[in-house]
Amino acid sequence: MSVLLRGTGITRRWGGLVAVDRVSIDLTRGAVHAVIGTNGAGKSTLINILSGEIPPSAGSVELLGQDITRWTQPRRARAGLGRSYQRNTIYATFTVFENCRLAAQASTQKPWHWWQDAQACEASTGMAQQVASKAGLSDLLDRPAGLLSHGQKRQLEIAMCLATSPQVLLLDEPLAGMGAEETDRMLALLSDLRAGHAILLVEHDMDAVFRIADRITVMVNGAVIASDTPDAVRASPEVQAAYLGGTELGGH
Amino acid sequence: MSAVQPSLGRVVFVAACFAALALWPFVSGSFGVDLVTKIMIYALFALSLELLVGSTGLVCFGQADFFGIGAYGALLLGPSTGPANLLWLLPACILAAAAYALVVGALSLRTKGVYFIMVTLAFAQMAYYVVHDTPLGGGTDGIYLSAKPGLGAIDLNQPLQLYFFIWFWLLAVFGALALLLRSRFGRALAGIRVNEQRMRATGFSTYPYKLAAFTVSGGIAGLAGFLFAVKDGFVNPELMSWHLSGAVLIMIILGGLGHLRGALIGAFAFALLQEFFKSEAVFGSFAKHWSLGLGITIILSVALLPRGLVGVPGQWRDRLVGRRKTAEEAA
Repeated sequence: MSVLLRGTGITRRWGGLVAVDRVSIDLTRGAVHAVIGTNGAGKSTLINILSGEIPPSAGSVELLGQDITRWTQPRRARAGLGRSYQRNTIYATFTVFENCRLAAQASTQKPWHWWQDAQACEASTGMAQQVASKAGLSDLLDRPAGLLSHGQKRQLEIAMCLATSPQVLLLDEPLAGMGAEETDRMLALLSDLRAGHAILLVEHDMDAVFRIADRITVMVNGAVIASDTPDAVRASPEVQAAYLGGTELGGH
Repeated sequence: MSAVQPSLGRVVFVAACFAALALWPFVSGSFGVDLVTKIMIYALFALSLELLVGSTGLVCFGQADFFGIGAYGALLLGPSTGPANLLWLLPACILAAAAYALVVGALSLRTKGVYFIMVTLAFAQMAYYVVHDTPLGGGTDGIYLSAKPGLGAIDLNQPLQLYFFIWFWLLAVFGALALLLRSRFGRALAGIRVNEQRMRATGFSTYPYKLAAFTVSGGIAGLAGFLFAVKDGFVNPELMSWHLSGAVLIMIILGGLGHLRGALIGAFAFALLQEFFKSEAVFGSFAKHWSLGLGITIILSVALLPRGLVGVPGQWRDRLVGRRKTAEEAA
């Protein structure tokens, strides 16, 4: 398995607060790597640093073996790093299709073709159709994205993320607020995507995490206290003490 | 703005507007021609700001800056005596305004939201005081154009020729912007307006996009300013004042943000309201307080027409549908 994204010693300080403390993480193709932890453990900050939204105070990020620590977010995205957001950040007034098409356009931007209709670009319209159907939104292409149900909006987030043909997916709570059925559908989609991508999954739904993750990293107060297979993490007394106060993780 | 393809109704509406403008000189007197000439220049100016505010979501409060540079350019770049050649003077004025917009944009686009508004205002005030307080542009008195620029058979001293010259530019810019907004570039601008953070996460470097839009907008405003100077044959610092930046902002808000035709409609509505409240025939001596009446009307229209004049048909439709629904529920 090849490491697609590697974070080494990532640290982020906000004044005196250390939000992320020397976190190292490897994402490999074909694996879902879940990051869990309580609210404020630094999971979203970690995603923001990996995706280039904020710079780290220390540490480095490598994508496909290249040091990208100083790259801007758009450059990282074009190089194959896709992300979704914890809160829906779709283009609410655009149709579902246009949301996907605009995301796909990132790979064929050609802004100097100012007289040419954007809809005439087959690379991006084709990609939009494809990712919308992959995310199960084929029937809703013409609907304004703001009118979708919550679960559909989360699906659209993933579709837009896929439209840029990323190699690495950083998903920030894709299951937040979803019902059981929607969760199953999303997990099936993530399982499908696993083969071709390296996936970082930040998620609060422990059942879902233990169902899908190949590896789990546990963060407490910005630092990693465990990073192992789901079974080992579940068995770790440290994790139980720090994170769930003794309750069995993912117990059935 | 949700629809990407222009609907037939909109195309017909815009075509009818331009046809009406083309016929207008044949039914109106010289006063009417002069008035509509001025309004078409405002419409062109409003289109330039619509590209920034309505299409890209950048509220610029210094648009008069670029208008003024185009206008002053028409006088300062030309020869001191005799008419200049339109063929180089017009592009030179557009480029001068666009170049200044490139500089202002490069610096001000590092800020966002209300800071962006303030920084663009600051740059505009800077340019205003340069022409206001230095002899460069004749100071507060302004300067007169010795002779209007021409080219071959084009003689802009003829009111009708000037009218159709400006009509042509309005049509050309409107058409070009309509194409541009449907293109990949235009869709990226729309994406930036709705959710810039997402655009960056998707792989769009948004800064160059915004800077390009800002520069094009400045060039169009410069074109409008140039035409204004040629029409009046006279420029003064008021062309760069924040009042004009505010007025053009009101035009596009009045017309309806997010629509090119909103800029056209807004420019006409604003200028005609202004003429109406200034008219002594209607208001007698009260006409000198015209800005009061204009202000109240604008406040009312913004409160009552949240989508602008462009949104009026939709607003009526919604109300009719709503009324029908309530009737059905009552029955």
